[in-house]
Amino acid sequence: MRNFLSRTVAIASKEVVQLRRDRLTFGMIIGIPALQLLLFGYAINTDVRHLSAAVADQAGTRRARELVAAVEASQVADVVARVDTAGQLEDLLRQGRISLGIFIPPDFERRLTIGDRPAAQLLVDGTDPVLLGAAQGLLGLRLADELRQPPKRMEPPTFEIRGFYNPERRSQLQIVPGLIGVILTLTMSLFTAVAIVRERERGTLELLITTPVRRSELMIGKIIPYTIIGIVQVSVILILGVALFQVPIRGSLVDLYGASAIFITATLSLGLLISTAARNQFQAMQMTFFFFLPSILLSGFMFPFEGMPLAAQNVAEVLPLTHFVRMVRGIVLRGATLADVSREIWPLAAFFAVTMAASVLRFRKRLD
Amino acid sequence: MALDVPVGKIYGFLGPNGSGKTTAIRMLCGLLVPTEGTATVLGRRLPGEAEALRHHIGYMTQKFSLYQDLSVIQNLRFIGRIYTIAKPELEIRVDANCARYDLDPLRGQLAGTLSGGQRQRLALAAATLHRPELLLLDEPTSAVDPETRRDFWDSLYELAAEGTTILVSTHFMDEAERCHRLAILDGGRKVADGPPEQLMQDIGYLIIEVETDDPVACRAALAGAEGVFSAAQLGTKIRALVDPTVGRPEDLIVARLKSAGIDGRVQRVDPSLEDVFVAATQ
Repeated sequence: MRNFLSRTVAIASKEVVQLRRDRLTFGMIIGIPALQLLLFGYAINTDVRHLSAAVADQAGTRRARELVAAVEASQVADVVARVDTAGQLEDLLRQGRISLGIFIPPDFERRLTIGDRPAAQLLVDGTDPVLLGAAQGLLGLRLADELRQPPKRMEPPTFEIRGFYNPERRSQLQIVPGLIGVILTLTMSLFTAVAIVRERERGTLELLITTPVRRSELMIGKIIPYTIIGIVQVSVILILGVALFQVPIRGSLVDLYGASAIFITATLSLGLLISTAARNQFQAMQMTFFFFLPSILLSGFMFPFEGMPLAAQNVAEVLPLTHFVRMVRGIVLRGATLADVSREIWPLAAFFAVTMAASVLRFRKRLD
Repeated sequence: MALDVPVGKIYGFLGPNGSGKTTAIRMLCGLLVPTEGTATVLGRRLPGEAEALRHHIGYMTQKFSLYQDLSVIQNLRFIGRIYTIAKPELEIRVDANCARYDLDPLRGQLAGTLSGGQRQRLALAAATLHRPELLLLDEPTSAVDPETRRDFWDSLYELAAEGTTILVSTHFMDEAERCHRLAILDGGRKVADGPPEQLMQDIGYLIIEVETDDPVACRAALAGAEGVFSAAQLGTKIRALVDPTVGRPEDLIVARLKSAGIDGRVQRVDPSLEDVFVAATQ
């Protein structure tokens, strides 16, 4: 029994000493729970407000304007554009510029008076069911002058909802495209995060850096095979998604693979940057996880982007997954083209350029 | 540390652990930047022109640093392509080095499954694939048996005869003795250099060997005695480095043993490289 204690304590105290040497791991002990708590506590909010909305007001009456004002006053939506036709609203929806379209038909006043059917339409981006839920909160909205009258029986709601792209509100449709990004984020950044650290640990780096190989050649060479692996992963998820969950691919496959390739290289170069900072593979994995956590929580994959406070949204705008989730949902579910979602390409390209340049500059062909 | 390494010769770094052998070699490869001072390697100034030098030097690390999960041939081809050797030429050189370093039967074998001697031959084959003018070898034979070491040195002599300059670090005396020229390092400084024979000649001590039944007591009696620089046990013998100014060293030792009550046969012998090493590093 004494021997058992003595040896167990020897192992335990050795672990503590080693742990204290590893500053990063020590930091992660505090950092990971703190990050989790902050993200869940402050950033995650399923009570969405301030959805981007556009209005097509074909009635142009005072009460139509009052209705739009009432929607804005509810804080559920912010009107960011005014267009003429329902078709234009649909274009904006497909491009991902708005989540909500408010269509007020020319016979709005007559419909209000007769009251046999909803007077206006809400066009909702159904790729995120939370948005549909938020739009439903607008159904019961009443105009100020109606409030003074006692409610008529069986009165239809002011709006009727037209959920686009996912009328059956199947959650797989929302999840599968985004899942491509989530899986790629983890596997891709892990692949390259250990890529250079592993050579360092195995001692092969010492030989490699005495050769004429350039830093950029090393970095790009590390990325190429994993880009292909990433494309294979995209295909696997797509094939399963279509075969098992009947996820429709409404956009073009070329666009989808193009968007994926940009995202993959951005994620791989993040991994490389981690690899130049980590001293061993364990540290590299911890750092990858540290990036993965906010990616999955803030990107809009799990929780609606619109529900997050501005600070969290700003962080999310930096993360590659945020932009990829928007692109992939647009292409797969809304039938958008790469040109429609081109706004999301530039942040990814910039992310790739910055992390790649930082990796090359951080990496030294030296041992000191 | 001033070094002058002649072209086409094998130059040795001999020194105890931590004496700066690996550090010196890494600096000459451009892997470490010296805190002060510069070096000129093959006419290029270090640390500034490290990259320009890379094509002209070959480096064999202390620890096996080829890819254990690649085969012998894959490793060689990889290194050749990193040095941008054109494909037909690369195949010729890979075949030549496989034949030269006896790797032909191992071509398809994973480097990780090779024995110590085989790994070392592979490492040398890889380091010479781009025909470097200067070959830097960091304790190349510390993990292999004496016979393998001898074969390895035959290869080094061949390379030197072809005009390759070789810089090799070691802490083995027999290996150091094989170098054309030698620098003894201690605590990051060069404490002696010259051809091994010259170093033995110029040792500055006389070597007295004592054969005795009680070597432990004999060593204790001689160590620290007046005029005795060092005394070390080698089996049943004691080897003492004695200050040449004491006159007849044999008499000094005999007298010393007598007063300690130890019986022993005293004899003057030629200095070995180990004596030089002890004299230089203590």
